[in-house]
Amino acid sequence: MADPMKIRARLNGDVADVRVLMAHEMETGQRKDSAGNVIPAWYISEVKAELNGKTVMKANWGPAIAKNPYMQFNVPGAKAGDKIVITWVDNRGDTRTDEAIIK
Amino acid sequence: MKQTRRTALQVAGGVGAYAALVSIGLFRPGQANAFEVSGAFKTQGVAATLKALGVEGAAESADVVINAPDIAENGAVVPVGVSSRIPNTESIALLVEKNPNALAGTYDVSGIEPQINMRIKMGQSSDVVAIVKADGKYYMTRKEIKVTLGGCGG
Repeated sequence: MADPMKIRARLNGDVADVRVLMAHEMETGQRKDSAGNVIPAWYISEVKAELNGKTVMKANWGPAIAKNPYMQFNVPGAKAGDKIVITWVDNRGDTRTDEAIIK
Repeated sequence: MKQTRRTALQVAGGVGAYAALVSIGLFRPGQANAFEVSGAFKTQGVAATLKALGVEGAAESADVVINAPDIAENGAVVPVGVSSRIPNTESIALLVEKNPNALAGTYDVSGIEPQINMRIKMGQSSDVVAIVKADGKYYMTRKEIKVTLGGCGG
């Protein structure tokens, strides 16, 4: 199981400023190791954000997203105490879900 | 498998329910798959990637803004933000013209403000292209980012 995400969700009026930092290698599949073998691609391919169980954002990623991906977006119509849940799936089928309470 | 009357009715009911939700605007058609991403991560160059994404006739627009540095010191981590002032923005895609595969990511933003910040990798100095889909139409803008240290080398 991958390392947990860091999620920060701060309320600004009725808009939640959500910042997510995921721990992932995001290997491109372009690099070679010292023996000249291609290191296979390993990256997060799908990300989903939910506010109180309702999907508000979905992303599809390629390997061009930087290592340990960072993401920031604003969710309107949020209240303090609402729950933000972020889920990612990588191209090996590994997945991780973490949540944060909006402050 | 033989389809029984019951399952046929259930299927029909499901389609009907979906159509009803579409008609009242809960689900906009195409919302779930705003861009056709299945083959788009494998293509090279902006033109081929746009074709794979199903983007046609994207108009240059000053209402799509790429917020990124002019010069990125490290191509492995380039902070890029895309925002749209176009009403009913449904999704945003970001492409890097000279990366091995141009498409970096697509975002379905129908439930959030049409603005997203991310960090991408860039193999070399290149234009980045942002595509915005709003009301079924496509808008785009581009910005050159100079990279002094590539992020895709070995």
